[in-house]
Amino acid sequence: MAVLRPLDKLPGLNSAALLLVGSDEELQQKLAEAILQEKRDFKISIHIATSLPLPSERDHLRPRIDLIVFVIDIKSKCSLKNVEASLAYVDATFFLGKVCFLVTGVGRVNCCSIETNAICKLGEAYCSPMLFCELELEGVRVSTAQRLLRMLQICAGLVPGFSALSFSLLMRNSADD
Amino acid sequence: MDETVAEYIRRTVLKIPRDEIKMMLQKWDFLSEAQLQTVNFHQIKDNISQEVVQLCEENSADIKQAAVLDIIYNHIYQNKRIWSVYQMRKTGEELEYFDLTDFKKKFKRRLRSALKNVTITFREYEDNAIWIRVAWGTPYRQPNQYKPSYVVYHSQTPYVFISASVLRSNLPLLCQALIVASNYHEIREMELRSHSLNSLKDIVFKRYSQNFQTYCPKPLQGRTVEPESVDLRIIHENKSEKERIQRLNQEAFGNGPQPILQFAQYKLETMFKSSPEMDVLDKKEPFRCLVKFSSPHLLESLKSLAPAGMADAPLSPLLTCITQKARNYFRIREKKGLFPDSFVSP
Repeated sequence: MAVLRPLDKLPGLNSAALLLVGSDEELQQKLAEAILQEKRDFKISIHIATSLPLPSERDHLRPRIDLIVFVIDIKSKCSLKNVEASLAYVDATFFLGKVCFLVTGVGRVNCCSIETNAICKLGEAYCSPMLFCELELEGVRVSTAQRLLRMLQICAGLVPGFSALSFSLLMRNSADD
Repeated sequence: MDETVAEYIRRTVLKIPRDEIKMMLQKWDFLSEAQLQTVNFHQIKDNISQEVVQLCEENSADIKQAAVLDIIYNHIYQNKRIWSVYQMRKTGEELEYFDLTDFKKKFKRRLRSALKNVTITFREYEDNAIWIRVAWGTPYRQPNQYKPSYVVYHSQTPYVFISASVLRSNLPLLCQALIVASNYHEIREMELRSHSLNSLKDIVFKRYSQNFQTYCPKPLQGRTVEPESVDLRIIHENKSEKERIQRLNQEAFGNGPQPILQFAQYKLETMFKSSPEMDVLDKKEPFRCLVKFSSPHLLESLKSLAPAGMADAPLSPLLTCITQKARNYFRIREKKGLFPDSFVSP
């Protein structure tokens, strides 16, 4: 099954799975470790991939993915191309709040090779929130980890009365203001 | 002692970092231990250099000794200069016995016959390297000691490493003198330049770890034991892809440390290829373009491109062939001829 679908597996009990897709594995590893440091009351597993589709050999071992975070490095055009290519392998229903774009590298303004315009258009086209951060700074990494953890909790349905779709609508309305 | 010599020694001492002045003066071996004891090496460098010049005055230093001090400084700080590699060729394969005195004599004679005002200094080092320092003058002016050229020659090899001064017009003369002195017939400049002399030696003497084609049916399983800190909650989905990139990198770059180069330059003399609608150039002439990669350690950064996800593996062979072809300046033409050589004979 090459395309990722949000509801094709049964959810685990009190657990959530996050998928990070991006070309820089080391940075994603650091982000994953930061997320794991945070206090939470549910089980979490973080999957790190460089691109989609995910290798099919491990399909049966993989839990249901609750949130996909596409990591784009603003210093590398390669990472944007990689993410754009991977987006084709995500089912449309995922974009109802279970996808988020994380743009890193904004701390190094001199080294930007992607225009923010292009990225914002991408976020709008896929109706998904766009977070800007600098993962190389520890403080920002920790706060980004906190945000992602909270989003993951909502997307996994672990926050009663609040669904991924309502959260994404909330984010969009506040962004437009 | 000559005014100019005193000034030259003073400026050379000023270049040396304060903690190393004593060591270099000891290597120089021109001032006695007793004299060195009288110098206070903890004061400001200006004063140290003045005291050293005083002592040199007592020993009546001349330009020859001052040049030796300069070689010593440049040998230790060789990475401050840019070195180019030259290859010598001779027709006929007889290995002649290398006579150092003969070499020096012929070299000096050849240079002096063309140019009267030169200062030539030799110094041998343990790794069979002969360092030659040449300060250039004109028929009417004394040699300029502040812009010398340096040559490093390993007698058992056909390679010469030259760090030319700004006065490039003297280069042909220098090359001629080298061929004559070492009994070769031709010399040509290899398109290989770097700040790190040792890395250049590593490349041309093939001392870097080369990757030999061994048949490996599957990657070696040395790494089945994961490091202790692996968190089972973090799962890397593309492990096999990572391993593939590692393997390709290893094939391209080998296992050991890479030679240190600062640049790779590609001069394109190819036709501009575009879709027929975008007729950018009316006349079909080669599009001139220069691509330059620069980095404090170019090969290491190229090696880490694919693992960092910034380029696809395998990298272009134009980048990976640098150490094997022993060049970092390339000229890329249309498909017919590649990488022209040019030899200069006396």
